[in-house]
Amino acid sequence: MDEIFDIFLLEAIINGILFGGVLALLSLGLNLIFGVVDVVWICYAELVMFGMYTVYWLAGVYDINIFIAALGAIALVSVLGWLVHVLIISPILGTAPINQLLATGGLLFFLQSVATLMFSIEFRNLGLRLPILEFSEMYFSYARLLAFGVALVGMVVVYLFLTRTYIGAAIRAISQDREIMVLMGVNAKKIYWVTASIGGGLAGLAACLLVLQYDVHPFVGISFGPITFIICVLGGLGNMIGGFIAAFILSIIISIGGLYSEIEWGYVFAFAFFIVMMFIRPQGLLGKK
Amino acid sequence: MLDLKGVNAGYGSFQALFDISLNVKAGEAVAVIGPNGAGKTTLMRVISGMTEPFSGEMEMEGKSLSSFPPHQIVELGIAHVPENRRLFPGMSVEDNLKLGAFAKTARSDSAKNLEFVYELFPRMKERRSQLAGTMSGGEQQMCAIGRAIMSGPKLLLMDEPSAGLAPVVVQQVFSLVRRIREEGYTVLIVEQNVQQVLQVVDRAYLLEAGQLIDSGKSKDLLESDSVRKAYMGL
Repeated sequence: MDEIFDIFLLEAIINGILFGGVLALLSLGLNLIFGVVDVVWICYAELVMFGMYTVYWLAGVYDINIFIAALGAIALVSVLGWLVHVLIISPILGTAPINQLLATGGLLFFLQSVATLMFSIEFRNLGLRLPILEFSEMYFSYARLLAFGVALVGMVVVYLFLTRTYIGAAIRAISQDREIMVLMGVNAKKIYWVTASIGGGLAGLAACLLVLQYDVHPFVGISFGPITFIICVLGGLGNMIGGFIAAFILSIIISIGGLYSEIEWGYVFAFAFFIVMMFIRPQGLLGKK
Repeated sequence: MLDLKGVNAGYGSFQALFDISLNVKAGEAVAVIGPNGAGKTTLMRVISGMTEPFSGEMEMEGKSLSSFPPHQIVELGIAHVPENRRLFPGMSVEDNLKLGAFAKTARSDSAKNLEFVYELFPRMKERRSQLAGTMSGGEQQMCAIGRAIMSGPKLLLMDEPSAGLAPVVVQQVFSLVRRIREEGYTVLIVEQNVQQVLQVVDRAYLLEAGQLIDSGKSKDLLESDSVRKAYMGL
């Protein structure tokens, strides 16, 4: 009895880690945008929803090769991210932070409504049945393994971009001293554009990975938006490494919590953990001040 | 090299500079001296594009600065070492230097310039992976000057390089300024440390309450009674 229980626990932990990969990817995108532009995109998960629909329509309905569909979704959401910045954020950048929250919050409902009008509230999925991997009496879905692997690769690519290129260095620098960037010859507007597009692209990549595992519907963002936001806050808003760690902490808590009862209880435990942590470290795990 | 004619500038409704005209010739080192609040920092910020002037003409090698967006001023060969150094504290020394070479015109020479900066400041090479914010004030000043050199400038603007440093370090900073001159850079420096700055520059302007009230060769200013009284407490 004991042995079987341990195997379940191990399976839950590993599944938690696998689930954490996509959450880490999402939090990286949100943190990146917050770190550079100093705005939280409340509607970030709704961009993911549009990415999921793109893959669904291209691959599921029009029968286009799934890899091309995925690239199309990443490109489309990347452009969406850029548009969110240019049309919504840019005009109100200098104003009170509450305006930006209200604007991106409003955009969340707008995007949900647009999706409802365009696609109806029907739940749709690709109908893919990826096999399940069995490994010493533990079961892992290939969709999840694939999502974890691709998310990791995506994060490594972003890491290399941020550390090896001039634009990447400027992206890391801009939050430390915005005013001085002009002396480095950096056009801040362009850095914002690049960041918003990368943030969108990451949402698009996450969408490709999520649509393999979940149904898409206009309100699917609710499943990922709040948890992504909480991960970013737990890690220290704007701190990408903090977000990475927090993603795995919370996903493991959700997974283990789900083992003892329903998966929804896993979320309850995770949110309770988050609330307690906010009393202990209000600035987040790796946040400053 | 640098020509300012009738520049007025400030912030909002507050005017900090009134009708400033000055010039710096290639190869020269020129100081602008004056008390706190005289407008020295504003002058530097206006030239490097950080603050937009109200009116006036500014030219670098015959090109009007007002026809370039602020982030392209550095591409004309003007590098600004800002007040309080303003490094990126959470980034390594090498990342800070790399950002100095962000401008398109600077990237092709960045490896060469980096080597030059490390030769000029061997300490920076030792500390290249250290976070800039954890270094001493003098070292941070080296890094800030190095970052400016990375852009491959012709003219270096230095805003109070000795501010906030211990007296011994202030000495080092002025010998740094001298080194930079010897390397052939044209320098425009603003300082409160009048006695010491006058020993490393050729000429100086006196700035008071936003207006240039006097100018002359360093030697003459050092001997001038009014300057000695007003700025050196002698």
